[in-house]
Amino acid sequence: MLDVKKIKADFPILKRKINGRPLVYLDSAATSQRPLSVLAAMRDFDLNHNANVHRGLHTLSEEASALYESARGTVVNFIGARADELVFVRNTTEALNLVARAWAFKNIKKDEEILLTIMEHHSNILPWMQLGLRVKFADVTEEGILDMEDFKKKLTKKTRLVAVGHMSNTTGTINPIAEIVKMAKRVKAAVVVDAAQSVPHFPVDVKALGVDFLAFSGHKMLGPMGIGGLYIKKERQEETGPFLTGGGMISEVYTDKPAVWAKGVEKWEAGTPNVSGAIGLAAAAKYLQKLGMEKIRQHERELTDYGLKQLSRVKGLRLIGPSDSRVRGGVLTFIFDKYHAHDVAQVLDSEGVAVRSGHHCTMPLHRRLGLVSTTRASLYIYNDKTDIDKLIAALDKVKEVLG
Amino acid sequence: MDLYREEILDHYKHPRNFGDLTDFEFKDSDRNSSCGDSLEMGIKVKGGKIIDIRFTGIGCAISLASASMLTEMLKGKTLVQAAKIDDAAMLKRLGIPISLTRQKCALLGVAIWQKLKPQLK
Repeated sequence: MLDVKKIKADFPILKRKINGRPLVYLDSAATSQRPLSVLAAMRDFDLNHNANVHRGLHTLSEEASALYESARGTVVNFIGARADELVFVRNTTEALNLVARAWAFKNIKKDEEILLTIMEHHSNILPWMQLGLRVKFADVTEEGILDMEDFKKKLTKKTRLVAVGHMSNTTGTINPIAEIVKMAKRVKAAVVVDAAQSVPHFPVDVKALGVDFLAFSGHKMLGPMGIGGLYIKKERQEETGPFLTGGGMISEVYTDKPAVWAKGVEKWEAGTPNVSGAIGLAAAAKYLQKLGMEKIRQHERELTDYGLKQLSRVKGLRLIGPSDSRVRGGVLTFIFDKYHAHDVAQVLDSEGVAVRSGHHCTMPLHRRLGLVSTTRASLYIYNDKTDIDKLIAALDKVKEVLG
Repeated sequence: MDLYREEILDHYKHPRNFGDLTDFEFKDSDRNSSCGDSLEMGIKVKGGKIIDIRFTGIGCAISLASASMLTEMLKGKTLVQAAKIDDAAMLKRLGIPISLTRQKCALLGVAIWQKLKPQLK
């Protein structure tokens, strides 16, 4: 297990009292907290190096450009990519919309198909459905695990793209991406991975997985909000058109003939980028690397096993998602007796326990599993078994208040 | 906890005017898809007065309790009196601070009432 006591000291927010009680933060799948080193890196940029990038020749601009590119270097290293394969975006949602508009819309024909799974987050469903192309959904089992038989059946010669989440934000289900890529390659389909929940929690190597596109958000991995990454495999870059157009993404502009787009990832970074965000994201990646992604996964797996065991003992509580932590990340989702998830979350908050309630942006999955809304406790590096014990103690309070 | 004060819990556990709407002339419904709350309300009008009102559906404690309170507020009122009942009146009746995220729970009943109002005669 990680040294949680030591880690907690890096996160001042975790010392806060909520409704008079120590905060128990169990909502990292929505957004994680940020350590001091991330805040310090961003502050250093703002205080000492702030200038626009790639434009000025003055010292500050050179420094800002160097810091920005160095941040890119750190982040690509974190996911096993090359520097000319990572686009800085706002978040996973923007990244997936970029792939939909700039690649899928341009390269997929009317009679071809996009294959998703029913467990996807809305941000990995809606961008594809906006294109007017045929979208299919692979089913899940009652435990919320991808039904591979159904997936194989729906993956046909017409499939041009498979868009799949690496880890479900609702059930914690970890999908076998490498296996999916192998199958997709057989029918010559590209694969885009929504890695919002995986990159922060376990080792992700884009080359080992063999994916074409992979999207993630900074704020779920200890970084700031408003910055994320999109990996675009080199071989897919030529056929990916521009997304937003404007400054910074061109090499030549004319008024009487088409512009020439910038070579490389600048093509998808129109406008002034979020430089301090990128620097914060890189600092977050360094923090995680220092702890070790394998160790983080191990820590969360132990906590998940403990959480599943303890929660399954709570009378009237029904856990959602896989029972085997080998295919489940640190997400503990449940319905509690007759109580509405919002009421559960509200009473838990009165005890200082922060959880998420609702449909977690996976309405099709909730519908498939016959659920309306659920309560979700999600784990990260700064959580320990005590946090789970406090969650369970607070559930007693729910019964006490709501009767 | 303020939000779950006794009166609200009482309305949640024993909602007033709750049940079947089949013989109600004026009916409408609304939902908070993000919460999974879904309520329907029925009203009977005679001589310019709300002579009966009922609601049904599923929801959290706050949406059920406030809809229950709303039916009490509307029942027996003339249409002119009832027309004044709006979001502000509902929040005042609840008598507790409602956070931004819970406002749509607290005001689901009123949202249905606002849809029903122009239909009544």
